[in-house]
Amino acid sequence: MIPVQFDYVAPATLDEAARLLAEHQDEAKLLAGGHSLIPAMKLRLAQPSLLIDIGRIKDLAYITEEGDQIRIGAMTTHYQIEASERLKEICPLLPECAASIGDVQVRNKGTIGGSLAHADPAADWPAAILALDAEMIAVGAQGERTIRAQDFFVDMLTTSLEPNEILREIRVPQPQKNTAQAYMKVAQPASGFAVVGIAVNLTRGDDGRCQSANIGITGVAAKAYRASNVESALAGNALDEQTIAAAAAHAADGVDANSDLYASADYRRHLAEVYTRRAIQKAIAKL
Amino acid sequence: MSKFVGQRVKRTEDPRLIKGLGHYVDDIRLPDTLHVAFLRSMYAHARITNIDVSEAMNTPGVVAVYTGRDLGEKIGPVPCAAALPDLKVPDHRPLASDKVYFVGHPIAAVVATDRYAARDAVDLIMVDYEELAVVVDPEEAAKGGAVVHEKFGDNVAYKLTAGEGDIDAALASADKVIKQRILNQRLAPIAMEPRGVLARYLPGEEELTVWSSTQIPHLLRTQLALMIGIPENKLRVITPEVGGGFGSKLNVYGEEALLGWISMQLGKPVKWIETRRENMASTIHGRGQVGYIEVGCRNDGTITGLRYNVFADLGAYHQLLTPAIPTLTGLMLSGCYKIPAIQINVTGVFTNKMATDAYRGAGRPEATYVVERAADLVAAELGLDPVEVRRRNFPKPDEFPFKTATGLFYDSGNYEAALDKALQNADYARLREEQKRARDEGRIIGIGVSTYVEICALGPSQAMPAGGWESATVRIEPTGKVTILTGASPHGQGQETSFAQIAADELGVDIGDVTVIHGDTSIVQYGIGTFGSRATAVGGTAVYIAIERLKEKANKIAAHLLQADISKVVWDENGFNLEPEPAKVAAGAGVPEADLPAGQAPGASLPEPQIEGKKSLSLQDIALAAHLAKDLPPDMEPGLSATYFFEPKNFTFPFGTHIAIVEIDRETGEIKFQRYVAVDDCGKVINPMLVDGQVQGGIVQAIGQALYEEVVYDEQGQLVTGTLMDYAVPKAAMLPWFELDRTETPTDVNPMGVKGVGEAGTIGATPAIVNAVVDALSPYGIRHIDMPIKPENVWKIVNQQS
Amino acid sequence: MKKAISINVNGTPHNTEVEPRMLLVHYLRDALALTGTHVGCETSLCGACTVLMDGQAVKSCTIFAVQADGSQVTTIEGLAQNGELHPVQEGFWERHGLQCGYCTPGMIIAAAQILERNPNPSQEEIRHGLEGNLCRCTGYQHIVEAVEYAAKKS
Repeated sequence: MIPVQFDYVAPATLDEAARLLAEHQDEAKLLAGGHSLIPAMKLRLAQPSLLIDIGRIKDLAYITEEGDQIRIGAMTTHYQIEASERLKEICPLLPECAASIGDVQVRNKGTIGGSLAHADPAADWPAAILALDAEMIAVGAQGERTIRAQDFFVDMLTTSLEPNEILREIRVPQPQKNTAQAYMKVAQPASGFAVVGIAVNLTRGDDGRCQSANIGITGVAAKAYRASNVESALAGNALDEQTIAAAAAHAADGVDANSDLYASADYRRHLAEVYTRRAIQKAIAKL
Repeated sequence: MSKFVGQRVKRTEDPRLIKGLGHYVDDIRLPDTLHVAFLRSMYAHARITNIDVSEAMNTPGVVAVYTGRDLGEKIGPVPCAAALPDLKVPDHRPLASDKVYFVGHPIAAVVATDRYAARDAVDLIMVDYEELAVVVDPEEAAKGGAVVHEKFGDNVAYKLTAGEGDIDAALASADKVIKQRILNQRLAPIAMEPRGVLARYLPGEEELTVWSSTQIPHLLRTQLALMIGIPENKLRVITPEVGGGFGSKLNVYGEEALLGWISMQLGKPVKWIETRRENMASTIHGRGQVGYIEVGCRNDGTITGLRYNVFADLGAYHQLLTPAIPTLTGLMLSGCYKIPAIQINVTGVFTNKMATDAYRGAGRPEATYVVERAADLVAAELGLDPVEVRRRNFPKPDEFPFKTATGLFYDSGNYEAALDKALQNADYARLREEQKRARDEGRIIGIGVSTYVEICALGPSQAMPAGGWESATVRIEPTGKVTILTGASPHGQGQETSFAQIAADELGVDIGDVTVIHGDTSIVQYGIGTFGSRATAVGGTAVYIAIERLKEKANKIAAHLLQADISKVVWDENGFNLEPEPAKVAAGAGVPEADLPAGQAPGASLPEPQIEGKKSLSLQDIALAAHLAKDLPPDMEPGLSATYFFEPKNFTFPFGTHIAIVEIDRETGEIKFQRYVAVDDCGKVINPMLVDGQVQGGIVQAIGQALYEEVVYDEQGQLVTGTLMDYAVPKAAMLPWFELDRTETPTDVNPMGVKGVGEAGTIGATPAIVNAVVDALSPYGIRHIDMPIKPENVWKIVNQQS
Repeated sequence: MKKAISINVNGTPHNTEVEPRMLLVHYLRDALALTGTHVGCETSLCGACTVLMDGQAVKSCTIFAVQADGSQVTTIEGLAQNGELHPVQEGFWERHGLQCGYCTPGMIIAAAQILERNPNPSQEEIRHGLEGNLCRCTGYQHIVEAVEYAAKKS
């Protein structure tokens, strides 16, 4: 219940935060919403000696549109995304995914950036971010760089962020017309984390066929992934029941699935298949 | 008259609680309080070869560190009140000294000036362990192999056989005998408030006060006095608000004694508040039975015999009632059926885990689960409707008191009435038709019925380890306000309200003029506590009888003051009145009702011209006179109070029918409730709103056991479900709407006719849910599935077949 | 080591120095003696510690007091206004939404947030909105009714 002692700084700018992070490296941890880090600190599983609270840096919580991109500040809370009327209209996957995270209190405080940088294998955001083919903007002592979603998640609790980099912004391509999106999850009954979480982002052409399909899956493996065999089985084909079912069968192709008290690896793979199918159907039902 | 009893009276407890102004243990602040944190074993079984506390001792803020070796035998063993023949009782001290026996076993206590410093120092205690072989599975433990307590040679703590009737003959002559292995998994009670203790020793007064989150303040006082070696009249136990117990605080824990002892050593208040992880590992667990059913029946569905061979997973030590819990299972194995031959064979085994003990229902949910599963097994074997099997085996209402082959006398019951009402509310016949149609459409629907009886109002002292009575004092203060002191120690059940309802009706006062005090051994006469659905049936009865006694005295005072013969004084809600001469005018004759004073029955208030002066005295008048004592009957004691210790002559046996309707997702095995219907009969109801609350909460704990909850230890004895991230307590969104109803069959065990309801939901609901899932899966040849029923297990069944 | 913080709690400003690791819940309970906010788990799951921080229901066991510097916090003790119970408090009393009372303060705050965002929630929405709050006593049904009562009332 009680973390070990640590020092605390709350820099006013991102640059200062990046400098502090570079200076203290492994001893320091960034504190965003704190809803992944603080529980770990209370159980003393994480024992940083310095917390760099980026919660006081101005203008890191926003949802804006720039050209054909939606831009979301890393410190935007799950609830801000969940409640965004604009996002519900233009990119419903984001609010739908946000609404399925944890509980009201967690969504009020937890942030999209914090969750992504933590890279919990059962977190919800990674599935949506992958399906949306988002870009992560990271800030480090050497400046800014862009990381594509599919390069971002490296392993369990590991991202491609350098130790001295800070995730600043998430950029999501504006969905085109006739885009169908949905997020579905099976929640672990105790923790509420995803046993499987399926994010669907696909477009239907004027001919009624699937133009492109992005499927992000979380909870199943050590890291969230794009179900590329599902995507390729959908692309260019009619979005009928049979095609969708056949495509969804590939949801866990080549995946080393997790196993825990709630669900064995086999069952997880099975759930991934069933819920991939259901999520696709749910998405296209909205068209 | 029932202005309050039977009504949905809002709770008098609530205003302080909804404003956040109640005081739980951790909310009590004493100056100079020191804080205690425990180092607990990370191994399930190990020898402690060395402990080094020097670094911890040198931490700023640390005042003392105690280890098991420091303690030696200075504090007596943690008590076990269960008296069973040849029971092996390990020496259980508050801190481990040579060996640790389970993960979470306390090893050392750090005392520091604040809780942060205490916690920090725990990490600085160095312990060298030599790991020992671990035994986790109770059946394995009974066979041999690794031994928990070396000095006993094996892990069998006791064996016990109970029951009546020739079970061998019954099974041999049965048309069918059905066998089934059955699991009642370990559960964690998870009171939302973890345990907590604050102890303050006053060296001048030589008095120790212990605030503890407990269900049994007086029993705790006695036991702590013995453990610590302080005179019982110098020890005060105070139970402030208690944030739930469910049996987990019906116990005497090593930490409670240790905190008292430390306060005596240091002469300062000391506090320990359990963390949730400690709570999962070191507060008692419930259930933990692996059993084998053999049920014999005739082809018409009559059950002729039931044998239950069970391995009870006791854990490493006995807590207060650990070995006794399976004996309650044995008592309730007849369920609500006439079964001529019943036998239970218990093998209680030690394992390298936390002790099991009383968790909501305490042995009876296990029994009900066995019997209700057995009834469904019989129905499935014979191709009968489960409802018909139950009906066939019920005793009829005129057969009560009904003697079971487990040696009990059921006080009263009308099982068929509750069943019929539930079937009607659920529209059972239509449900079965819908189920058939749904199956034709490929949907998987299940209907589960459980007809339960439970044993409540624990109980006659003969059957209890430390007294089965309950006490009450009722006082009318000089201003007429009513104070009730109850030995029961409610902690959420609402007896501050329901006891006030009883008093308000019986004394004709407003409910707001009654205060119910409990949970302070220096204020309240000795009592037993709140558990076993006993507080209202036993404690409430003590209140009721104390009031009757008090009114007898008040009546005498009234007669004296009114200068009338006592036989002429009658009491009504307005006070003590002189009875009118009845013969002069026929009651109500010729007098229009409208001319009578409001609120009085015709004839009751006709004037009585022969009497001079006052004709009526209020309770306040009498209370004042009793305290001023200027004019009391000769030889009467002043004051107006009465104390009564109520000893019930029997348990009570509430009953009911629960029906669960579930639908299973064919593809994933996920289980959804369609409906949940229950009819409970807990005898006379004091407050229907509180009864509903008890039933609903109970059902949800049953749903927890049936579908979600399980304390899991791995093969090394590591607690896998050590936080609420792993142990699934049901949440609001997982649950159906409960359609509740009641029948009311009073008991004659107590004058109010109340039976008790605290555990009913948990006892009745678990088998209804499992029976529903099994019923759903019956087309796949399934007759049984173990709890918690996880979707994956259901999916495997459906998947293998399709 | 210690940090100076300024938090407005239930309308009263408080200036204190705290260790950075002090959890907001401990600050409220230990430093300000506002003990209506409870601790029921260690893993941000049970919701007993829920308070409003700048109008948002949050788990005060998962926030360091230093993070709350400069914010407005409302605890259960501050929910009633001018001696009048908040409609949710009233609903809990009217509909027997509590038994042991330990989860109640957090539950009431979370319910107040539900109604603030959705004045007429369905039962399903109420249940979903209470996913961050565990109750072991009531089985939640009376809590759902309490929130419905409050919705009708306000």
